Amino acid sequence: MGKIAKYTRRGFMGLGIAAAGGLAVGYYYYKKPYPNPLPDRLEPGHFSFTPYVIIGTDGAITIITPRAEMGQGTHTTLAAFVAEELDVDMNQITTDHGPAAPVYYNTAAMAEGGPHPFFEDGFVAEALRSAMGVLGKFLALQITGGSTAMIDGFDKMREAGAMAREVLKMAAAARWGVSLELLTTASGEVLHPDGTRLGYGDIAAEAALLEAPKSVVLKDPSEWRILGKSQTRVELLDKVTGAPIFGIDVELPDMLHATVAMAPRFGTKPLSADKAAALATPGVLNVVEISTATVTGFAVIASNTWAAFEGARALAPTWGAASYPNDSAGLTALFERALEDEASFTFGGEGDAIEALQGATDVIEARYSVPYLAHTTMEPMNATAQLQNGKLQLWVGTQAPGLAKMVAADLLGIDADNVEVVTTRMGGGFGRRAEVDAAVYAALVAAETGGRPVKVTWSREEDIRHDAFRPMSLAHLRGTIKDGMPEALDMKVAAPSILKSLLARTFPSMNSPGNERAILDGAFDQPYSWPHARFAAHQVDTDIPVGFWRSVGYSGNGFIFESFLDELAASGGQDPLEMRLAMMKDPRHAPAREVLKAVAEMASWGQSLPEGVGQGIAHVLSFGTWVAEVVQVDMRSGAVKIDKVWAAADPGLVLDPANFSDQISSGIIYGLSAAIGQQITFSDGMVEQENFYDYDALRMAGCPEIEVALLENSPRMGGAGEPGTPPVAAALGNAIFAASGQRLRALPFGNAVGFDLG
Amino acid sequence: MELMVNGEAHSVEAPDDMPLLWVLRDMLDIKGPKFGCGVGACGACTVLIAGEPVRSCVMVVADVEGAITTIEGLPEGERLHRVQQAWIKHEVPQCGYCQAGQILTAVAFLERNPEPTDADIDAEMTNLCRCGTYPRLRAAIKTAAGMEG
Repeated sequence: MGKIAKYTRRGFMGLGIAAAGGLAVGYYYYKKPYPNPLPDRLEPGHFSFTPYVIIGTDGAITIITPRAEMGQGTHTTLAAFVAEELDVDMNQITTDHGPAAPVYYNTAAMAEGGPHPFFEDGFVAEALRSAMGVLGKFLALQITGGSTAMIDGFDKMREAGAMAREVLKMAAAARWGVSLELLTTASGEVLHPDGTRLGYGDIAAEAALLEAPKSVVLKDPSEWRILGKSQTRVELLDKVTGAPIFGIDVELPDMLHATVAMAPRFGTKPLSADKAAALATPGVLNVVEISTATVTGFAVIASNTWAAFEGARALAPTWGAASYPNDSAGLTALFERALEDEASFTFGGEGDAIEALQGATDVIEARYSVPYLAHTTMEPMNATAQLQNGKLQLWVGTQAPGLAKMVAADLLGIDADNVEVVTTRMGGGFGRRAEVDAAVYAALVAAETGGRPVKVTWSREEDIRHDAFRPMSLAHLRGTIKDGMPEALDMKVAAPSILKSLLARTFPSMNSPGNERAILDGAFDQPYSWPHARFAAHQVDTDIPVGFWRSVGYSGNGFIFESFLDELAASGGQDPLEMRLAMMKDPRHAPAREVLKAVAEMASWGQSLPEGVGQGIAHVLSFGTWVAEVVQVDMRSGAVKIDKVWAAADPGLVLDPANFSDQISSGIIYGLSAAIGQQITFSDGMVEQENFYDYDALRMAGCPEIEVALLENSPRMGGAGEPGTPPVAAALGNAIFAASGQRLRALPFGNAVGFDLG
Repeated sequence: MELMVNGEAHSVEAPDDMPLLWVLRDMLDIKGPKFGCGVGACGACTVLIAGEPVRSCVMVVADVEGAITTIEGLPEGERLHRVQQAWIKHEVPQCGYCQAGQILTAVAFLERNPEPTDADIDAEMTNLCRCGTYPRLRAAIKTAAGMEG
């Protein structure tokens, strides 16, 4: 398997890095293209065509896929964009994350940040989308998140492939002395009408000297050979042979190992630590204090990871008192008080819900709650760093290499130009790797090793207890029914701002980010027409760090809002499916109706089921993808057994059917794991959970059968990684209600009912 | 102490109570076994010792008796093990981090039970996968067993 080892090495060494790339941020850049960072980094005999294509004279073709590959298959589909237009086959290419560079900014990640629903296409919404995209470029956000990689890459990476193809044809036309129009391309070769062929590698050097055409014509989708069809993952072989492709597998000459023990009460400083005991642990070499804008703690440096873990245990630090309520009951009380306060802001809404509810006699009222959640990626947080002569090299599985570079440079007091980030493959991300803590701690530890590289690996306990958690939230909902149909809704949500928390730990000098739509996502922006509706955020911030957890605000509100709709349906004597369809009145809601009807047909919705068996339905539009799900549960044994989950999803355009379907299924399992049993709770100011024995997820035996159908009615492209998650908790809770009459309003359900997980 | 890993003899100087996982990863640079939890709860670190699956993060190195096989030692030369081939056929991995442990667990399990039922698979395949590849894992095990899929 020599070939695998060579490829892997290439992955870790980046592209034969010669120099660090520039991070140029200036207001005038929003109109100017950023420079191609590749030429400075190429091995001899390799040429770059656009920032996305490298061709070697040996015929090797590398496609830069600058979004984080964490299991969602993004490298395969991004590479397919380029390969489709470049006219190469998928087995002729390799992929690489590429360097952290501003040219790889993610326009789409910012585009849906404004306070408007996805289906809103009015002037203001469009202008804001465009302005937010410019902002993404301005900040050079090379981030993977919000299920945006395909939307962002769709045009620019196809154009890159077409650009490269055209210059290769121009070089061949010059070599042969024939007209460009006579030439065609296929499978990495330029074809002469007389049957002569030239491989791309044979003409790469000449082509690299030519000026690229000003514009290119992209293929019509009817001509696609690769896109729209299921592709084999580019990294499949590596992943069944155990190739060392992950951040935790980085091995460098003379490398040290370390772990961290950071303040378990967030925002506090150490009161004491037994450094002597830590240093007496065999293999431990040093104990250093490290701190960032919001976190203080220790790193234990050792000759191997286990010695570092043992040293950290022996260190046994003690910490100051927390600034927030010490336990979950106290936090709940704090959030409840926020619900009683005046709203921080409202989004969307129709009519006058407050007036409609005033004096109404039959008000349906409910309180819902969702807990803090950890991400628990399979690969615990880790990063490797080396600081030599004022230059920092980072090897890290990150969803935000540009951010890691900026924050690490700032904390070390060096120029961002002197930081190079090599992005490794990731053992799961789910939003956790959008945080830069692992990279930054490694950078700080590297400042203490006299220039030796150091790999910093967190224990699972550290990983679970120092997450940027999915926020806890409490909601208070009131609704009324008229003629069997929902008439008014007032939904109040108490939750912290993720962006405020993120800014505090990354850019503490920056101002408050303003009204955060994540607090109300999954409710105010859903495709329903109401006579009266109000969606109010009651922002409540603490020092407990909160972050982006697969589907972000939709994960909690999808459950709350779609469960309460089910309550309104029951109160109005309506079928939950028919009521939703009737509320989706606007023509722009059509894709929602179609996925609901599709999933209902798949699940034989409305069929007669035995007593104790029930189906629940939910629909959530998130990240541009419309997803309806039905869950069937069997409670005849007393415990909840999940028989099956059906899903119908509409992302507008399905680029890789098998991968898209797998992502929906993956999102469902991730959401079920949380809905059944996951919760992060607090005691003594610290997270109570430690490891998979008290923060588990579904295993094989508990995983239900899942059936997914894909539709393409939506007018704009949506994402894949997150939209499967939001509807499933509501569909499960609604199924439990259908089977038992028991309405569950707090996640995880496992606190109230038993589950039969095989 | 002496360890036999993937048919190769290694002499290592490690504390007796050091888990096998870290001897393999940090001392012998064998990175196939992954660190997931350190308490034997997830199975990412699974290796075979004398053909039996063992969670190497809780197996102290002094207690190892028998030859160790990691994912690196599973193929015969360039030829992938039939379980690996089934994983490729069903394109099982997503992030891939747990898959070496899943594959080795399946290899040992199919040796003992060449024609497993779904209930057998549920009982034996207890390793955690956070991407939720379970439906394809199940199909691949059946293919490796020559049953269906």
